[in-house]
Amino acid sequence: MWQALGNMLGADLSRLLLGLVIILAFSQLNALFLVWLERKVAGHIQLRPGPKEVGPFGLLQTIVDGIKLVGKELITPRLADRKLFVLAPVLVFMPVLVGFMVLPFSPGLIIRDMNVGLLLIFAFSTFSVLAILAGGWASNNKYALLGAIRSVAQNVAYEIPLLLSVMAVVLTVNSLRLSDIVSAQHRVWFFMLQPVAALIYLICATAETNRAPFDIPEAESELVAGFHTEYSGMRFGLFFLAEYTNMFVVCAVATALFFGGWYGPFGFQLGIPGVVWFLLKTYFLLFVIMWVRWTFPRLRFDQLMNFSWKVMIPLSLANLVVTAAVIKLI
Amino acid sequence: MAKLNDEAVSERLYSLNLGPQHPSTHGVLRVLLKLDGEYIVEADPIIGYGHRGHEKMAESRTYEQFMPNSSRIDYLSGLIYNHGYTLAVEKLAGIEVPERAKYIRVICAELNRISSHLLWFGTYVMDLGGFTPFLYAFDDREMILDILDRVTGSRLTYSYCRFGGVNRDIDAEFVSMTRAFVKRLRSRWSDYHNLVTKNVIFINRTRNVGVIKPELARLFGVTGPNLRGSGIGFDMRKIEPYEVYDRFQFDIPTGNNGDALDRYNVRLEEMEQSCRIIEQALDQLPDGLYRNEHVPFKVKPPKGEVYFSFESARGLTAYYLVSDGSSTPYRLHVRVPSFGNLQVLTDVLTGTMVADAISILGSIDIVVPEVDR
Amino acid sequence: MGYWSEMLEGGWSVVEGMRVTVRRLVQPVVTVQYPRKHLQPSPAYRGHTELKRFAETETHACIACGTCQRRCPSGVIKVQGVKSHAKSSKVATHYLIDYTRCSLCGLCVECCPTQTLKFSTQFALEGVSRWDGVIDLIERLEENKS
Repeated sequence: MWQALGNMLGADLSRLLLGLVIILAFSQLNALFLVWLERKVAGHIQLRPGPKEVGPFGLLQTIVDGIKLVGKELITPRLADRKLFVLAPVLVFMPVLVGFMVLPFSPGLIIRDMNVGLLLIFAFSTFSVLAILAGGWASNNKYALLGAIRSVAQNVAYEIPLLLSVMAVVLTVNSLRLSDIVSAQHRVWFFMLQPVAALIYLICATAETNRAPFDIPEAESELVAGFHTEYSGMRFGLFFLAEYTNMFVVCAVATALFFGGWYGPFGFQLGIPGVVWFLLKTYFLLFVIMWVRWTFPRLRFDQLMNFSWKVMIPLSLANLVVTAAVIKLI
Repeated sequence: MAKLNDEAVSERLYSLNLGPQHPSTHGVLRVLLKLDGEYIVEADPIIGYGHRGHEKMAESRTYEQFMPNSSRIDYLSGLIYNHGYTLAVEKLAGIEVPERAKYIRVICAELNRISSHLLWFGTYVMDLGGFTPFLYAFDDREMILDILDRVTGSRLTYSYCRFGGVNRDIDAEFVSMTRAFVKRLRSRWSDYHNLVTKNVIFINRTRNVGVIKPELARLFGVTGPNLRGSGIGFDMRKIEPYEVYDRFQFDIPTGNNGDALDRYNVRLEEMEQSCRIIEQALDQLPDGLYRNEHVPFKVKPPKGEVYFSFESARGLTAYYLVSDGSSTPYRLHVRVPSFGNLQVLTDVLTGTMVADAISILGSIDIVVPEVDR
Repeated sequence: MGYWSEMLEGGWSVVEGMRVTVRRLVQPVVTVQYPRKHLQPSPAYRGHTELKRFAETETHACIACGTCQRRCPSGVIKVQGVKSHAKSSKVATHYLIDYTRCSLCGLCVECCPTQTLKFSTQFALEGVSRWDGVIDLIERLEENKS
């Protein structure tokens, strides 16, 4: 029966639909797992166990929290811009899912191996900036607006070094296709050839997803309460979900660009399939991001902007120029 | 299409309320800020939200009955306030204290000082955004609370000191636990320095932030680690030693600039100096009575007044007692250090950014219930 | 030059900070999982007061003198007693404390002439109305007989 459906739709379209279903399922499971991981990591760093009552090792805690969120009342402030207010969480979440389509989990497991795959991911991730601004503006709340404005400035400032560091890798490989980039790392992973770019990419990725120590726009800020103050229930849940999914996508891109994608170290697969290597590396990077969050205080806003414009951008520009010179000369 | 607004565009200063309910103001402090963009043009602290009437209560209670109140004025240095109150009344009434009791009181007061500074350390870094040192500090503090719980029976509001001594005697277990604690705390300094003090983000948030010049500090009556951070080495335990503080060797750490980083360093150093005092006190601890048996049942100091000042965790605290010969005081006034420290905010906060206001407030270490008593 | 040294120093401090937290990450937790494991209150723990049962008389020694009632700063105690005959001392028949107002100062325990009061170690008290905070010490003594 499935074969008949597949024949009717055509190979391309059915592959796309199947991929869509898999992405949706995977992103939900991923968010569930990441929330649990964050709470456990935070707990053990802080000498306490984290969730452990609901399910074995507290694994079902996120599901229960999700049910609680769904059951909450969706409050819309009276003077808020209703259309934008409802649209903002959706706008934050959807573009991130698009990025999943080009992630190279394994040589055969890419849903759409586009020849501009990298460009697609970064193009769609800029949408989240618009969505945050929409959410902050539509809330009709001084503090939400301030948080949203700061978030926009931060996102724009940190995108430049992000793209510049990625450009260095693209120059090395001469292609924007993610599977090409991974295939070029079968002997040596790129973070050994471009350590500066890898570090800059990781720092900018943390800033792009609004994670500590760059988390001024998010909740728990000192004075303003963040751009998602006025959101309750599942709308808040969508912002949350979008953040974790975004984190996964940027770490997956980091794995593909700098840490060898589906290859084992120095090309030795050691009998473990490529997709498992990919996921292991991505989750390790996510663990590092969480580790950094629970260790450091946050940067003041002007220090954050100074850091980007005076340190990150010159370094990534220098890196790009050196890479171009080396490639020309070799 | 939106209608165009016809009124003329005017610029006004943006008035923001760092309200009484706030996660970072350590109590019910309200600061009314007038902002020009990100910069604070005027800052006006408004107090009174936590007034409980302790000084009025003192007028209708006997001297012994006021003891629980003294712990609750500043609940983070409860034992030190108990100690100071007992010393004030003993001075007025001329009550003798046996040596062992003096040493016990000093040891417990220094333990309380360490626990207050540890809590300050945790909450200050938490205000700046780092959530873990708070839990590490509380883990260390838990040991102090266990030690004090064993001997006084309570973890926060100790009513341990009595006129002429203390309530219960300490035993060998207390001494060994305290020594173990001092050893453990000393092993923690490297962790705290690596995690917080040397951290580039923390240094950038506290260096040259909230500079209190020495003249300003003198003008407003700032005392305690804030004053010592600005370079003036004023500590009541050295200037007018009370109890047995003149028998110990310890230093008074001072800072150079008076910024938040200096105040932070001064407090960490003070914890180390308190450890030194505790060790020397434990070595010199004499045997004997822990309480003077011949104190009258109801203490009735002779007519007169006394102003007794001592060093609590936040600065110079003083009790002003006026007695009219009866068993209840005629007037009891508590001079609290946070009141003076708070006054400096109007000058220090102007010209800084909003994000720095939290850092400055945290570094001055205000406990608002003691401001309002 | 200061630019580079600042960056290197800053980067190294970040690494050191992360080393501290990862060491704590692999250490065992220090919290006690409360409902499953209980902590023992210390011997000096100040819970609400209760009457001591003396071995010789198998009961309390309260003579209802009222010293504790007068000494309490918050006016929490109410004690009444009867004399069995004219020359005997009183024996307490009612001893109530309003625990919602007690500040656990311990003055009542100290000032009792027969030393009949002591602190209990009961800390898990619950109730549904304000009057559940009133504890009847004589009744509590009778309950603890068994």
